[in-house]
Amino acid sequence: MHKISTVDLTQKLEYSTLDMADLTFTDQNFADEVLQSQTPVLVDFWAAWCVPCRIVSPIIEELAVDYSGKLKVGKLDVDANGTTAQNYGIMSIPSVVLFKNGEPVKTMIGAQSKDNYKKEIDAALAS
Amino acid sequence: MYDVIILGSGPAGLTSAIYTTRADLKTLLIAGVKWGGQLQLTTLVENFPGFPEGIQGPDLMLAMRKQAERFGTEFIDEDFDSVDFSTQPFKVTVAGKTHEGKAVIIATGAETKWLEVPGEKEKIGRGVSSCAPCDAVFFRGKNTIVVGGGDSAMEEATVLSKFADSVTIVHRKDSFRASEIMQKRVLENPKIKVLWNSEVKEIKGEGKVEGVVLFNNKTNETSQMPIDGVFVAIGHIPNSGKFKDIETDEAGFIKVHDHYKTNKDGVFVAGDVHDSHYKQAVTAAGYGSAAALEAERWLEGMEAS
Repeated sequence: MHKISTVDLTQKLEYSTLDMADLTFTDQNFADEVLQSQTPVLVDFWAAWCVPCRIVSPIIEELAVDYSGKLKVGKLDVDANGTTAQNYGIMSIPSVVLFKNGEPVKTMIGAQSKDNYKKEIDAALAS
Repeated sequence: MYDVIILGSGPAGLTSAIYTTRADLKTLLIAGVKWGGQLQLTTLVENFPGFPEGIQGPDLMLAMRKQAERFGTEFIDEDFDSVDFSTQPFKVTVAGKTHEGKAVIIATGAETKWLEVPGEKEKIGRGVSSCAPCDAVFFRGKNTIVVGGGDSAMEEATVLSKFADSVTIVHRKDSFRASEIMQKRVLENPKIKVLWNSEVKEIKGEGKVEGVVLFNNKTNETSQMPIDGVFVAIGHIPNSGKFKDIETDEAGFIKVHDHYKTNKDGVFVAGDVHDSHYKQAVTAAGYGSAAALEAERWLEGMEAS
């Protein structure tokens, strides 16, 4: 399951994963993309200067693939989208928040293992 | 089968890996999800030799990791579940898979010691933090306290003062144990105040931090203080809980026998998980190199016998 890596670390750790083709949430599109979404949405609140966010970022990308069709997954840069971050009381990042029917139902604060994210997501989706 | 399995990816573990791989020992390093250790949560490190202008903690850890990778260290960026040191080869289980190694170096470091007062745990990430470089930006224009009196408390306060309206250091004694240069920076900063002989007894607020209950241990007076953020920097707890058969002292620091050996033959130790005294990046790196050299010598002895 896990990788034994001898990969190029510059590629893995220096932001490159953050601008992949998955969704980017903003103050402008948050209502449409997240709050009105028919499927549950996982939002990764992050910022470029946040080291633990860089650790979480590739895990979020993997979750997007693993939960394809069941979950919409995307990122929100708290520096550029302060209003949304403030609305949801984000005071520490990474904060990964699961929204169902427009409501935040689970908030996971701090870098966690993929297994842990999956456990929390599965529990929240089932309830 | 690995020659050496290293547990931990701070300066101790990564330095161990640089040494073992350069000794041509097949090395697996279990880095953990939050790899890089405590320095990932710092900003400018000014006391690591070789960097006259200082270096950012995360940059230093990335450089050490690249150096360990260059010589062939294999990394797993997951937390290990359990270890079994009862039989040779030793076994380390990570995400359900078991890895075997002839020798093990424990370099799991230490993690934040929380205040353990009512109202704290449920507000971590809701105004309670142990990482000003991570979270200070969310306290722009707000009022904060830092609890502690060592170098890390001074750094937290200094970083916070760039964002917060006010920073008050709450310290239970009447003097700091921090280094002179760090103390000076704090005491000369107009945004930072100090409350001496004071302890946080409770963190108040619904869903987020709204205030603290303070106790002055000189006057025995209790008072309330409205506050938006509580940054905890009262020290660290060694990460030794997963090692059942390894001897520790009462505080959990692994006991060192004769040159970085533990009580278990073939299991070595380096860094903050055994060091309650210095706790520096550079001493951790030094311990890492020493433990690696001992492991190398031990493996040579094992091959010869």
